[in-house]
Amino acid sequence: MKRTNELIVGLAMVAVLTVITWGVFAVGDNMPAGVTPFSRDVYQLHMIVLGIVTVIGILVFAAMFTSIYLHRKSRGAESAKFSHSTRAEIIWTVIPILILVAMAIPATRVLIDMENTAGAELNIKVTGYQWLWQYEYLEDDISFYSALDRDSNAARQIGSGISPREVENYLLEVDNRMVVPTNTRIRILLTSADVIHSWWVPDLGWKRDAIPGMVNEAWTLIEEPGVYRGQCAELCGKDHGFMPVVVEAVSPEDYRAWVAEQTGDQTAAVATGSGQMDRRSLR
Amino acid sequence: MTDTTAHIDDHHHAGPKGLARWVFTTNHKEIGTLYLVFSLAMFILGGAMAMIIRAELFQPGLQLVNPEFFNQMTTMHALVMIFGAVMPAFVGLANWMVPLMVGAPDMALPRMNNWSFWILPFAFLILLSTLFMPSGAPASGWTLYPPLSLQGGNSFAFVIFAIHLMGISSIMGAINIIATILNMRAPGMTLLRMPLFIWTWLITAFLLISVMPVLAGAVTMLLTDRYFDTSFFNAAGGGDPVMYQHIFWFFGHPEVYIMILPAFGIVSEIIPTFARKRLFGYTSMVYATASIAFLSFIVWAHHMFTVGMPLGGSLFFMYATMIIAVPTGIKIFNWVSTMWRGSMTFETPMLYAIAFVVLFTIGGLSGVMVAIVPADFQYHDTYFVVAHFHYVLVTGAVFAIMAGVYYWLPKWTGNMYDERLGKIHFWWSTISVNVLFFPQHYLGLAGMPRRIPDYSVQFAEFNLISSIGGFAFGLAQLLFVWIVIKCARGGEKAAAQAWDGAQGLEWTVPSPAPLHTFDTPPKVDDSVAVHKDQLV
Repeated sequence: MKRTNELIVGLAMVAVLTVITWGVFAVGDNMPAGVTPFSRDVYQLHMIVLGIVTVIGILVFAAMFTSIYLHRKSRGAESAKFSHSTRAEIIWTVIPILILVAMAIPATRVLIDMENTAGAELNIKVTGYQWLWQYEYLEDDISFYSALDRDSNAARQIGSGISPREVENYLLEVDNRMVVPTNTRIRILLTSADVIHSWWVPDLGWKRDAIPGMVNEAWTLIEEPGVYRGQCAELCGKDHGFMPVVVEAVSPEDYRAWVAEQTGDQTAAVATGSGQMDRRSLR
Repeated sequence: MTDTTAHIDDHHHAGPKGLARWVFTTNHKEIGTLYLVFSLAMFILGGAMAMIIRAELFQPGLQLVNPEFFNQMTTMHALVMIFGAVMPAFVGLANWMVPLMVGAPDMALPRMNNWSFWILPFAFLILLSTLFMPSGAPASGWTLYPPLSLQGGNSFAFVIFAIHLMGISSIMGAINIIATILNMRAPGMTLLRMPLFIWTWLITAFLLISVMPVLAGAVTMLLTDRYFDTSFFNAAGGGDPVMYQHIFWFFGHPEVYIMILPAFGIVSEIIPTFARKRLFGYTSMVYATASIAFLSFIVWAHHMFTVGMPLGGSLFFMYATMIIAVPTGIKIFNWVSTMWRGSMTFETPMLYAIAFVVLFTIGGLSGVMVAIVPADFQYHDTYFVVAHFHYVLVTGAVFAIMAGVYYWLPKWTGNMYDERLGKIHFWWSTISVNVLFFPQHYLGLAGMPRRIPDYSVQFAEFNLISSIGGFAFGLAQLLFVWIVIKCARGGEKAAAQAWDGAQGLEWTVPSPAPLHTFDTPPKVDDSVAVHKDQLV
């Protein structure tokens, strides 16, 4: 009788908690699946692990709330005497280990894939500065700086009187975007000229620190043309929140055209870059 | 055993009165009170800084503070809450309760006890004074990563000196706790008869002694890099900025458990009391605590998966981190099993303990998520991580401290707190803290980085909700202050055994506990041991 009662209340608790959890997931944002094979792997991994921990959470909380509902003094519950069970303890040690192994296997596979940066068709060196990025295309000899765009920069000042809602892509737009070809394996080399920054575009599925005196590497292969936005993710000083990353993925043909335009117009690009450096040193 | 402590002879020596009484005290109860009051003051101050942060993040655009000051607030909020609020609160609870729970007359080293407390106000005076210096308070995050932390002005030296003082205070407190627990237990109080709060604090104290010197070393190297031209962390001089992160987190991860293990102990005292049933799996709780402590030394680099570690390193730290879920899970299952078929009542300490188990579990489960390296490349340094560690630190550590304060207030003051206000405080806090931190999971997943004073408009709704939750949670804590003051001033008189299901030596002394207890040690055997389980 007691056991049946507990089972019925337990199942009811599982149902209630499942509905609540569903609601919690429905109202919120989730991680983007992104546009690269790696970002999709990460998204899948995220969903698998989220699913597992959600089920564990629902079961543990259901047991707990069942107990809170049934085993209360006000319902006349008498306390049992047991305080130990070797069998239960072995079960709840072994099962979590098995679950963890099941999570570790796909995680290891995805990580090994991420760490393999060989076979790059294009190499781009990214250097973090306080507070902008420099992009150097090693094959095509292109170099430029990429800083927060003018409109966002005007709106973000205290007392600017400009509503952020009126600025398109507020804080997520730059003056010079990092243009890359789609369906191309790109190796990204990261370093910094001053403090530690972190280069992050959620749609690419990773962030990696840009550290002075070190070169980190990572790779990406963007499958869909589009503009992908991110931000510096490592606190780097007062304008840490104001150095976005914007990647524009275009078809390989359009990319060649962009390269031609850049290399033909190299002097102008360099001038823009040094102009920004001057502005920086004036701050 | 009830008559062993009936010496109520507060006045057998006339100590100094007024302020001098508190400055020169060597009594563990008075020092415990000093720690707790200090911690509450720092909690309110650190909370005020959080209010500034949430006010600025209330809507997109910069309205109230400039980015430098915002960074100072995030940094100081963390330092004040970690070193000023949570750690001193646990040391305060240890000072009050360890001698009472092991049947000792006082701490083993009473003068050092006085010193370890009185360093703290000066340490924080120095730390807080940097807010008024020309170069401002530290603004590089509480982790003080170089090279950024080296860019600040000369207030940096004050910050490092303050951290050294806090470390010295913590180490002395830890030595005292270890000496007391290992040497001053009442006859018959064998190690496996100790209450779990004592066990968790014993293990925590060893963690403190192990890692506080590591922090001191790390910040001293920052000091010499900044002022004496060394290059520990400067690549141009042959150093390595990432080495700082390794050293810092070798301190930092055990530090995380320093802030949660005593919380486990408190909850393990409270749940059996209000379930009127012995703690389930006492010995496995002890071993699980020890395992967590051991593992805490070999998982530090999971705080820095994005620095570009070798594959083998990342895999090692991922696996080691995931293993922590096993002993932590054992603890949670044991708490649920303790409640199972108990005879529960839901006074405020029990409500906080239950909320601790639920919300700490949520933080633990998101902890499993952030352990997965490839997924952490997305989560790292976003609001998802902010949500994760606030679930384990606020609804974990802070809720356990509040549970402990409600549980032992009758013993400290001799009065019951106002149960109705306590319940209001509980529901108000629990609802608002979830409104505050749960949406931050969404923000992080949607791509909002940590430590930014302004954000893109796509993050506006959840930041607004989070800020409203934050203001409500902050207000609720003022109610907590009032409840504590009210209880200290009077109220329904508490019995020696304030809770009918409570076990343990602390409930054998009168309420309020007289200044001197256990002048003659009580006798402890299986009939009075807190935990009878598995004594063979």
